Amino acid sequence: MSLISVENVGFAYGTGRAVLEDISFQVPRGANVGLVGESGSGKSTLLRLLLGLETPQKGRILFDGAPLAARDKRFMRGYRTRVQAVFQDPYSSLNPAHRIQRIVTEPLRSLKVAGDHHKMAQAALEAVGLGPDILQRYPRQFSGGQRQRIAIARAIVARPELVLADEAVSALDLSTRVRVVDLFQSISQQMTMIFVSHDMGVVAALCDHMVVLDRGRIVEAGETRAILRNPQHAYTQSLLASIPRMPVPAQI
Amino acid sequence: MDEILRVRDLRLATVDKVLVEGLSFTLSRGERFGLIGESGSGKSLTSLAITGLLPDAIRASGQITLAGEEVVGAPERRLVGLRGNAVATVFQEPLTALDPLMPLGRQIAQPVRRRLLRQGLPATRPDITREVHTLMDQVRLPDPDRLMRAYPHQVSGGQRQRVAIAMALACQPKLLIADEPTTALDVTTQAEIVTLLRSLVTDLGISLLFISHDLAVVGQVAERVMVMRDGHMIEAGPADTVLTRPRDSYTQSLVAAAARFDAALEGDA
Repeated sequence: MSLISVENVGFAYGTGRAVLEDISFQVPRGANVGLVGESGSGKSTLLRLLLGLETPQKGRILFDGAPLAARDKRFMRGYRTRVQAVFQDPYSSLNPAHRIQRIVTEPLRSLKVAGDHHKMAQAALEAVGLGPDILQRYPRQFSGGQRQRIAIARAIVARPELVLADEAVSALDLSTRVRVVDLFQSISQQMTMIFVSHDMGVVAALCDHMVVLDRGRIVEAGETRAILRNPQHAYTQSLLASIPRMPVPAQI
Repeated sequence: MDEILRVRDLRLATVDKVLVEGLSFTLSRGERFGLIGESGSGKSLTSLAITGLLPDAIRASGQITLAGEEVVGAPERRLVGLRGNAVATVFQEPLTALDPLMPLGRQIAQPVRRRLLRQGLPATRPDITREVHTLMDQVRLPDPDRLMRAYPHQVSGGQRQRVAIAMALACQPKLLIADEPTTALDVTTQAEIVTLLRSLVTDLGISLLFISHDLAVVGQVAERVMVMRDGHMIEAGPADTVLTRPRDSYTQSLVAAAARFDAALEGDA
């Protein structure tokens, strides 16, 4: 059974026009799926639905077989222990007034996870390549890349089954981005991940499957490698063709 | 070759911190020059120094010669003339560069009117409108009559950036500085803006200083590049050489990182 199953989902804000129409895809347990699209594609709205921040007006989303009930507090409490998120901007996603210790252990406290929180935080930090010595420090003492590592540590500390990442490397410098992509790659071995991004290169490096969205509809979905090598839809083709590539060394 | 810009031993510093040091480069007429750097490299500060728009807390020393005039230490009165006449800048986010409450046509008309008056040319309403139309045509903005009356929020990000470019060109500058002009745009739009900037340099015979963190984009735009890190020049040379056979280890790591995402796109990851 798929961990996430999105079935014929449609959504509109208020009485506006549909932002998502007839969206269906599966995320098998252990898979890494990229949701790719440009602005206005509906990828952020889809992420909000997956986070339970909005409810689809049409269709449904199943998590581990059960329909995601955003208004059911008990369901959402259980859901949050199993699903965590990493956002784009590590400068706004970490509370500047809290020490790293408090930030990383926050999900454990709010979800009432049993066990030694300090030890769990240490283990999570170690997994993202940071030492336990940083627990008493504040976010302002860290660079953007380090902050994103801390945000990832917070996302994995409660051992979720699914991590939702929203443009999680887009705000990082190139040299930092490569290292955080490596980090995502290593943690993605142990969990299911949905990676939302406009950056096809990052998704190509991280995800075995991808879903290409354009103006609220899925235009193409499948194995990343197959789509990259042989894109079927005109939109995917133009998207791939627009991505600037590095010059190739002249052959001698 | 005509030299438009000469930067010599530029140093930018606050009271307690050196931000840029020992920076030297030149830009010729009709040349497309790329400035590559990650955050904190000093690339945007360098562009602000060239236009004389540095914050008061930052002191510049060294030389910046723009169209024959010295910028460092020049009084504000001289700089106002130089901006527009010699240099104009397009920034990353066109939404903040445009007035949200003013129709696009009027926003382009303002620098057009100033330039016509400066050149001693007639600046009646039909004169200005004609110039605005020409500019919108130059930046390939469709349906000018409708767009002139539209407000910034009513058009796409790519169209807003074209309007910002039209406003920059309205002054007929010799040097156009584009500071991350495509970073906030979708890739398909980015490709269009890159094509536009290249053709404007050719058609108008101006020079382009293109600033970006994105190596592949710079590779598409610039003939010559300079890599900056922590306020210093790391490496400079022809774009094809620096981006395919970098000598410095830092440039090598950037090129390797960019090449890795390229390889992933080929399905080789």
